[in-house]
Amino acid sequence: MTASVVLDSVNKIYGARNPRPIYAVRDFSIEIAPGEIVALLGSSGCGKTSTLRMIAGFEEVTKGEIRIGDRRIDALAPAQRRVAMAFEGYSLYPPLTLRENIAFALKAEKLDNAETARRVEEIARLLELGPYLDRYPSTVSAGQQQRASLGRALVRKAELYLLDEPMGQLEPQLRAVLRGRLKRYLREHGLTAILVTHDQTEANALADRIAVMEGGVLQQFASPAELKRAPANLFVGTFIGEPPMNVYRVKPTVADGRLSLSAAGAELFGYAPGTVSDAVLDRVRGREEVIVGVRPADVRVGASGAPAEVVSNQWIGDQTHLESTFPGGVIVATIQDRFRAKAGERIHVDVPADRLHVFSSEGSALSHGRELAAPRPAERVAA
Amino acid sequence: MHHTSTGERILRGVLISLALIFFLFPIFWILLMSFQTNAQILRIPPSIVFTPTLDNYVSLITGELKTASGVLKLAFMQNLLNSLILSVASVALSLVLAVPAAYAFARYKFRFSEDIAFTLLSFKFAPPLLVLLPLTIYFQQIGLANTYVGLIWVYQLITLPLILWIVRGYFEDISPDIEHAYRIAGHSWLRSFLKISVPLAMPGIAAAALLSFIFAWNNFVFALVLASADKQPVTVGALAFVTASGIQYGQIAAAVVISIAPTLALALFAQRYLVEGLSLGAVKG
Repeated sequence: MTASVVLDSVNKIYGARNPRPIYAVRDFSIEIAPGEIVALLGSSGCGKTSTLRMIAGFEEVTKGEIRIGDRRIDALAPAQRRVAMAFEGYSLYPPLTLRENIAFALKAEKLDNAETARRVEEIARLLELGPYLDRYPSTVSAGQQQRASLGRALVRKAELYLLDEPMGQLEPQLRAVLRGRLKRYLREHGLTAILVTHDQTEANALADRIAVMEGGVLQQFASPAELKRAPANLFVGTFIGEPPMNVYRVKPTVADGRLSLSAAGAELFGYAPGTVSDAVLDRVRGREEVIVGVRPADVRVGASGAPAEVVSNQWIGDQTHLESTFPGGVIVATIQDRFRAKAGERIHVDVPADRLHVFSSEGSALSHGRELAAPRPAERVAA
Repeated sequence: MHHTSTGERILRGVLISLALIFFLFPIFWILLMSFQTNAQILRIPPSIVFTPTLDNYVSLITGELKTASGVLKLAFMQNLLNSLILSVASVALSLVLAVPAAYAFARYKFRFSEDIAFTLLSFKFAPPLLVLLPLTIYFQQIGLANTYVGLIWVYQLITLPLILWIVRGYFEDISPDIEHAYRIAGHSWLRSFLKISVPLAMPGIAAAALLSFIFAWNNFVFALVLASADKQPVTVGALAFVTASGIQYGQIAAAVVISIAPTLALALFAQRYLVEGLSLGAVKG
């Protein structure tokens, strides 16, 4: 039942014949393995929903190809694509109860009543909808409507499941529980699913791989861990991770094997000879400017490094968020322990070479973490 | 819950009663008149105490009006039938044409769609007399004058834009994803239109049909010019009560009562759908 999905240079262009066409999605290509769960992640207007709707058949593909298994589907009517979809706005039929709404999705499959009832019950159990099944959409909460809408998609047997912000309206406690259940359900049945979300926690929790989109362009398609370890560009680096990456424009100077990264004449980070690989030194040597990114968890607060002054210190229950100013501007650090420092207190901040992300001044990745420090082959660096 | 004080409730009751009396009194008076003779109606001062008579209704139904100057033939029953045929057929034709068109205007933004929709609406702005003269000439030449088909065609000017614009708004209020959800579950576009969109827009369609029925029923000018005796609706037929020997107020009142009846019945019938539509709650996603 489940199948692979290929999007091959898919474009969505509005007003293609106008002098200034709008590219909602530009040359989007990904390959999804059977049974894989993929998240399209991005802020609103990044093209993720347009992409999903092109796969469903509610938006025309301007250029490019979409295949499910070996069937080309981009010219088929939605009914013939064999995909199921949960809509962001729930879109339940108001005159039907939640139970009828879910069962309605099975109409085209022409099952007998007992089988329909059995499948509806199974999905209702999964989504904890039991008590609300006989109520009408207008009389239940947004979260319950959303679960019914998700149920209406999952109850069907399709080759691909499209889920548009499937958990956006759920109460936080239930969200974590249902995330786990949804993932297990998709896994157990080996279902291929594409999920659209702007919530990276949801993407990380559910997806095998995440396609990060911005401005209609795919920025990176990789596993959650890989996105964090080696962001392809500055956008992905700053978009993924909470709190966001600290970013500085710096001038790199290499002298006697020592790498110094400075801004406005003051050194922010310095690395002794031998701690940074030659390959990386070659890559930054001669550049007027590079951008360095530092994840808050990778900032070391201690006796050595650049001088800094604490601006605010918040204990958020399981970690400390420390905001300081230093020659590069503001630096945010997260510390797993309770850290006692008052505003105005002087500290030092440092970042180990193997934790530094280096981007060109245009924002494409030059080097990540370990590559910077360990003598690793340069070919490993993401483009 | 919303609580209101006793004073407020009494005031509201009084105001509503006044409004009802103001609007319903003429109808009430006409109802009384329809059971009176012309002499009783015309006496001064008028009185609500009288011996009711069914003569007015009898003469309408039998089609014979006895006046001082002899017996006049009345085509009232034929007029009533004409009104029914014209209004029902016009509304039915308009529904068939305008509901799909309203859907298209609501869902698809094609080239000139706004202009076309507005042009259709603008037919209602123009005074009917503007088109009547050329229409009469053309209709006589192509043989459509004094035919049901011709009249129903002209009535589309009244009913079609109204239905189109009201129903379009209802379609626009339905989230397209409700149809999408049905289509992706293995159904064609046409099925989703018939099984999802039309039922959800039913309150609007019922309201539009009712309104356009009333407008068609009340139409006077088109029928006056384009129809001769055997195709005339009640609005035109009522002119026959202005006779050489005076105005037959009693018959006019009875005719009004009878001709209100179908509209009233239809309103009561449509009310079910109107209320049902309201109680379904928001259709928007």
